[in-house]
Amino acid sequence: MTSQQIKILMVVVALGALAVIVPNTNSFVILLSTRALAFAILVMSLDILLGYTGLASLGQAAYLGVGAYATAILATTYQFGLGMDFWLVILFGMLVGAALAAVFGLLAIRATGVYFLMITLALGQCVWGLAYRWNSLTGGDNGINLRVKPKFAGLDLGHDVTFFYVVFFLFALSLLAMYVLVQSPFGRSLAGIRERELRMQILGYNTWLHKYIAFIIAGGFGGLSGVLWAHTAGIVSPENVVLTTSVDALLMAVLGGAGTLVGGVIGSFIVFGLREYLSTLVPWWQYVLGAVYVLTILYLPFGLMGIPERIRQWRASSGKQADPKTLASVPS
Amino acid sequence: MTQATPQNGAPPVLELKGLSKSFGGLHAVRDVSLQIFAGDRKAIIGPNGAGKTTLFNLITGIFPSTSGQVLLYGEDVTTWPSHKRTALGMARTFQITSLFPKLTVFDNVLLAIEGLRPSKFVMWRFMSSYRDVYDKAHQLLKQASFLDRKDTEVRYLSHGEQRQLEIILGLASDPKILLLDEPAAGLSSGESSEMAKFLLGLDPNLAILLIEHDMDVVFDVADEISVLHFGQMLETGTPEQIHGSQKVQEIYLGTG
Repeated sequence: MTSQQIKILMVVVALGALAVIVPNTNSFVILLSTRALAFAILVMSLDILLGYTGLASLGQAAYLGVGAYATAILATTYQFGLGMDFWLVILFGMLVGAALAAVFGLLAIRATGVYFLMITLALGQCVWGLAYRWNSLTGGDNGINLRVKPKFAGLDLGHDVTFFYVVFFLFALSLLAMYVLVQSPFGRSLAGIRERELRMQILGYNTWLHKYIAFIIAGGFGGLSGVLWAHTAGIVSPENVVLTTSVDALLMAVLGGAGTLVGGVIGSFIVFGLREYLSTLVPWWQYVLGAVYVLTILYLPFGLMGIPERIRQWRASSGKQADPKTLASVPS
Repeated sequence: MTQATPQNGAPPVLELKGLSKSFGGLHAVRDVSLQIFAGDRKAIIGPNGAGKTTLFNLITGIFPSTSGQVLLYGEDVTTWPSHKRTALGMARTFQITSLFPKLTVFDNVLLAIEGLRPSKFVMWRFMSSYRDVYDKAHQLLKQASFLDRKDTEVRYLSHGEQRQLEIILGLASDPKILLLDEPAAGLSSGESSEMAKFLLGLDPNLAILLIEHDMDVVFDVADEISVLHFGQMLETGTPEQIHGSQKVQEIYLGTG
């Protein structure tokens, strides 16, 4: 087996374990896991931009936001999406997220580096401003309560375990789709753009278009995350769209390891877990979270997923044998 | 200048007409005209700051030109973005190595091959399922005897190997014209002559325009040499003519 196949097997085993263990715990853990999985879709979509394309977006909450608000408004105002049409809402949420990204992308994709960060931040805050101010549509600061969860074909999403499995299923599908994406010719082209955009242009790639498409796809998955989030949390408010949510997503991706997809999932579980447990224990829990971030960036620039590689390097340098990579670089 | 006359009246692969570029008050390239036909081996030499790399950046569309025209196969591409010019058969290498440092040698070549294929937009199939692309990358690396290092990340390659990979990437799109920006930059004299040998072994129908400081490489490879000085074409001729030229001696050694 190649190392790639071993990694895939490990992820499949971990996901299988999650699907078996979580439903047998208490409802607090089930709810927490459901939230972490729903949010992890957003973190993975951000990782497509951050880790694979090299675009650090600080406005990703906007796509979660439009997906969540679309779900809440459809459910409360039009009673739509509470039966079998839940799946239509999923599709609609993704389309809304992608459409917003298609508009924002026109403005943001021309910029790179810190300018891209600033533009996405500003655009994200525009969505927050709308959510906060457009009282008649969004309920303003109070947000929108979703009292009823979808029921269809004998499935009641109001039931914790059932809902966990639905979210888990959609999460697993998203992970699979994004994994195929990053391994596809298109996904590899994103890595090339991250490494050296000018060279990609000279090789015949319209790099703007590739980044734009990646941005739209990330927006679509952000919208999906939002639909699930709305039903998980039961309330959609401007807090879901605010800068802090975007920063959370970014930090989760970095904590787990950017450019790995599953790193973002680990980051999401750790942050949600720490937050829920620590906040019941100590009032200064935010400092713990801050310390975790700072230590990760200082000592694990490749995140938690970078630890095995770190250990390998440490072993190679402490054992007397030379690193095979240095050997390979000796000119022949 | 025997090569400069087209057989059967085919248009030149690349033609520059009065190409100029100014950065504010600095005239980096002034009124450069040039014709390159299939199979030509031309070189541009000139002291540092003569505008050689700027000229390449104009030809490949990295900078917009201030005035003048760039034609590929008779088509005016002056305002085209780089990737569209590449699609017409242009390829280049960079003076400052521009590879994908954290990707393997093999992945670098795969990206270079995919650049002109419509499958570069496919996102529902693994890259590894494209056998033809893999076979071609394999073959390109084999020709350059690079296969043993195909899984090495490019940042771990020696400088000489990176220079060679630059050219392999340039050739991966099957170009009709290859622009080489100082392929021998930073190479030892042994490595330079290896490089010259490698260039001489390329497809004879490929047009090559070469910028180079290493005169041994230039005199080995080029049939015709142009001298660029302060952005202007000063002189064009065979290697022997350029070698004996009074003006060229002055530029390189100073007028005293």
